Amino acid sequence: MIHLIVFLPLLGFLIAGLFGRQIGTKASEYITSGFLVIAAVLSWISFIGFWLGGSQATTYQVAEWMSVGTFVVDWSFRIDTLTAVMLVVVNTVSALVHIYSIGYMHHDPHRPRFFAYLSLFTFAMLMLVTSNNLIQMFFGWEGVGLASYLLIGFWFKKPSANAAAIKAFVVNRVGDFGFALGIFGVFVLFDSINFDVIFANAAGLAGTPAAADSPVLLSFLGYELQRDAAITVVALLLFMGAMGKSAQFLLHTWLPDAMEGPTPVSALIHAATMVTAGVFLVARMSPIFELSMTALTVVTFVGATTAFFAATVGLVQNDIKRVIAYSTCSQLGYMFAALGVGAYGAAIFHLFTHAFFKALLFLGAGSVIHAVSDEQDMRHMGGLRKHIPRTYWMMVIGTVALTGLGIPGTVLGTAGFFSKDAIIESLYVGQNAFAGYAFWLTVIAALFTSFYSWRLIFMTFHGKPRAPADVMSHVHESPNVMLVPLYILAVGALLAGLVFHTPFIGSHHEVGQLDPHYLEFWDAALFLGPTNTILEEFHNVPLLVKWSPAIMMALGFGIAWWFYIRSPGIAAETARQHPGLYQFLLNKWYFDELYDWALVRPAKWLGSFLWKQGDGRVIDGFGPDGVSARVLDVTRNVVRLQTGYLYHYAFVMLVGVAALITWMSFGGAQ
Amino acid sequence: MADFPILSIVTFLPLVGAAIIFAIYEDSDVARRNVRYVALLTTVVTFIVSLGIWVNFDNTQPGFQMVERWDWIAEGGIAYHMGVDGISMLFVILTTFLMPFCILASWESVTKRIREYMIAFLVLETLMIGVFCALDLVLFYVFFEAGLIPMFLIIGVWGGQHRVYASLKFFLYTLLGSVLMLLAMMAMIWQSGTSDIPLLLAHDFPASMQTWLWIAFFASFAVKMPMWPVHTWLPDAHVEAPTAGSVILAGILLKMGGYGFLRFSLPMFPLASADLQMVVFVLSAIAIVYTSLVALMQEDIKKLIAYSSVAHMGYVTMGIFAANAQGIQGGIFQMLSHGLISGALFLCVGVVYDRMHTRQIDAYGGLVNRMPAYATVFLIFTMANVGLPGTSGFVGELLTLLGVFKVNTWIAVFATLGVILSAAYALWLYRRVIFGALEKETLKAMLDLSPREKLILYPLVVLVIYFGVNPGPVFDVTQASVDALIADYQAGLQAAVQTAAK
Repeated sequence: MIHLIVFLPLLGFLIAGLFGRQIGTKASEYITSGFLVIAAVLSWISFIGFWLGGSQATTYQVAEWMSVGTFVVDWSFRIDTLTAVMLVVVNTVSALVHIYSIGYMHHDPHRPRFFAYLSLFTFAMLMLVTSNNLIQMFFGWEGVGLASYLLIGFWFKKPSANAAAIKAFVVNRVGDFGFALGIFGVFVLFDSINFDVIFANAAGLAGTPAAADSPVLLSFLGYELQRDAAITVVALLLFMGAMGKSAQFLLHTWLPDAMEGPTPVSALIHAATMVTAGVFLVARMSPIFELSMTALTVVTFVGATTAFFAATVGLVQNDIKRVIAYSTCSQLGYMFAALGVGAYGAAIFHLFTHAFFKALLFLGAGSVIHAVSDEQDMRHMGGLRKHIPRTYWMMVIGTVALTGLGIPGTVLGTAGFFSKDAIIESLYVGQNAFAGYAFWLTVIAALFTSFYSWRLIFMTFHGKPRAPADVMSHVHESPNVMLVPLYILAVGALLAGLVFHTPFIGSHHEVGQLDPHYLEFWDAALFLGPTNTILEEFHNVPLLVKWSPAIMMALGFGIAWWFYIRSPGIAAETARQHPGLYQFLLNKWYFDELYDWALVRPAKWLGSFLWKQGDGRVIDGFGPDGVSARVLDVTRNVVRLQTGYLYHYAFVMLVGVAALITWMSFGGAQ
Repeated sequence: MADFPILSIVTFLPLVGAAIIFAIYEDSDVARRNVRYVALLTTVVTFIVSLGIWVNFDNTQPGFQMVERWDWIAEGGIAYHMGVDGISMLFVILTTFLMPFCILASWESVTKRIREYMIAFLVLETLMIGVFCALDLVLFYVFFEAGLIPMFLIIGVWGGQHRVYASLKFFLYTLLGSVLMLLAMMAMIWQSGTSDIPLLLAHDFPASMQTWLWIAFFASFAVKMPMWPVHTWLPDAHVEAPTAGSVILAGILLKMGGYGFLRFSLPMFPLASADLQMVVFVLSAIAIVYTSLVALMQEDIKKLIAYSSVAHMGYVTMGIFAANAQGIQGGIFQMLSHGLISGALFLCVGVVYDRMHTRQIDAYGGLVNRMPAYATVFLIFTMANVGLPGTSGFVGELLTLLGVFKVNTWIAVFATLGVILSAAYALWLYRRVIFGALEKETLKAMLDLSPREKLILYPLVVLVIYFGVNPGPVFDVTQASVDALIADYQAGLQAAVQTAAK
């Protein structure tokens, strides 16, 4: 079954990619979408097996990839609960996005190529989540990067799309730089890159005493690292990869630009699946991360900072897709913050629910863009509620799920209510040094989330229409092939939390006891260190903490309503009163400018410098050009050999051989 | 089969073709066509026969196989001694494999002196195969140096505008290296009393001598690779060479340097290799970062790929001198893989050069609109060049970096920067040539790949992906020999330690 789940998308890619022109557009669409639907159904079957109990973690060997010395890499699958969750997320969203795209890309002449890329992406993502070793994971990791590059640049005539595609790939490569070094470090520590070996030995490493005379495990950049330091370095290097892929603070700049791609791509790759690969990586490597408090603290710090930073930028963006993109960035920050305090279940739960509501929001936004003739600027929208009511309600459902509408203390609530609140509560009881920092930042970010989400709804659907009349006259509801995927995602956005929260994050239990549902569900897929007690503690937080996200959500809604419905002039007025802050946020904290100034330009300058001065003036100047100038003088004046240097060359060589042979003959005769 | 001189046959078969072409004396269209077909047939037959070497190769045996030996100059002990082991065998196959593509790539683009051109290529093939099969120092030297003459002619006669400058540079650099190598070879024969490579491999050179010999050989091989800072001949040579010349240059000739390190430097001078490891590491790391940055700013497609070749060869030298299984196997694999990928990239450039007669990146843009098949193929090779997993480029980079990481993390960190920079320059090139709107009038009449071009490029696509997903067949061949090499190298170091202790 797992083979079908993984290889059906590959088959779809090959059919649509190689024979798309022969079999026609319709066939390409139906074949790729059909395969994905089958894969999605199989994924749910696999997931239910883990959910209801019974399924055991299994590995499947497919083939050997490479084997050099002790470095053995296999093509293999590892199916445990964590993988099963990811399979459901990836294949469900991918299948729905495939179907949705049949409607959304209706006018595009290159549809077979588009569907081929979507299926290629899905295959790479599946290879990533099913991997049983770090190298195959890296294969999937780079594979999704390639698909992302191709899909962002899908409209290759747009210069901005091409630039965004390159930026995405290169910034991700910065993360991969760390990831690759992390893999090398893991290999040095464990002499293997297979998860089984790593997990089995990680505990063993932890068992050895961290005495001052313990052996040096890794020598890194001149430092001889003992156990704790070595693990911290490796974990941080791996985390650098996660930061790139999941667009975390400092390596986030590619994600908003990636919105240049078609909207279904944004929903699939840049919201629900690929960008969560970093979260998956850290969760998967939890046996290593659990051994290093330092690394976990960094994870929390970066996650919380991202959650806050991206939310502030999201407040003022005018492009409907960019608002959602920053929201994604921010929500990924929540997940990392949770990972950092050891609340892996909560992080993965948020990954799971976020996939539904964020894909819903993006596809809904796509439906809006489709309706208003490819306009993306919310300042040119407004008043669309009456014209596209179904889309409107789907967007509202996505928004209440994202902002976490629900009644604290009960089990009534949307998906985000369960997962986001669990993260905030975990941060409150978290042990590491930045847990408090993360708690406050994420609570404030919850306020911002609510504000920008409702701002989006109000600016797009409420008020007076700001679009030109001819656009307004064309506004139409999307066809069913686009709406049905929205309905399905809406069901997930409303109910995923309610149905699945017990296995994912456990429920309230006595102190000192873990919820058996949780243990049974996750089995050994998520590792908890012996001192990690967050699971039982976060169910026992003060009432005010439990209520804080709900209060923030209501507050955000209220401010948004006041700014954009009650007295619409206030928003612009506020921006005018604080021009510095407004520009700072609008320009995304000036990160693009900073990187351009600090990295891109110097690299180009250095490239030119090394080429013209290094190669040209120094090496060639003192080397061949200088010598040849002398040689030319000599030949011109003294020898006057006719044409070329070939004869010199052949001559010198023959002289050499002759000399050697002569000398050998005489030398040997002695 | 033991007595069947398969290596000699493969080596000298191209000469037979060259002789036939030489006999075609008239200069008509029919004659020119015959010349092309004879050349193609010769290279294809050579390739098919050479597969026999692989078939008969015993993967488990680390030593030389299919050995042939006849005395040449008895007094000096110089012999015609041929044989292959796991390190050299696949280079022979790579050479015979790439050759038909070169002939096909020159099918229409070479119009003047086609007869001489094909003879030069066939002679070159013989000499290149000879380098990888020679088991005698003098024989090796003859093949190694003589191979430059046809290459020299190919650049100098069929090259572009500045071919004289390029060939001069080529000449000066290689002259420097080969003179020193010749001296070193004489010293080796004098000290050990033999020019036989298997005997020399078993011989222990005194420590004081190893350093000097190592440096002399290094001078020659470093120029060949080429390593920074003796790389500047390569971009010029590539730019001026005809497409097929570039393919051979990047695909095979550069690999002779790496092969030399593996055949001579590491096993014969283990002490010097260990002592000077840091020199190679630093030069390699500089090469990777420096030439990648330079590649970023190139305006000429071929120059950009040439600089990227220098960077990729940096991984090879680094891996070889890491002297562990991953490093050396990765280095060999990287050489073979780079032979396919860079060869393919130069063939890709040749495709548009034949149509537009310019290599300036600015002259292109938006080719995907007219040439979707070309865009796809070029993308695959670009990604392979960037080292995307699933292509053969990844395996070599990964293993060499891993091998070096185990020895020196500083160098590994610097070298890994190359993965960021290579993505930047390669994708930027791709964007400027392929993507965008098709605005330039001159490009609007471009045709997509012809059947001949597809025949050249598609097999390379298949191989680059095949060896990316399943590199096993290569490692099966190299493993025994590389293990023996490492064991020998370690034993050499151990022996020196014990001697010093006494």
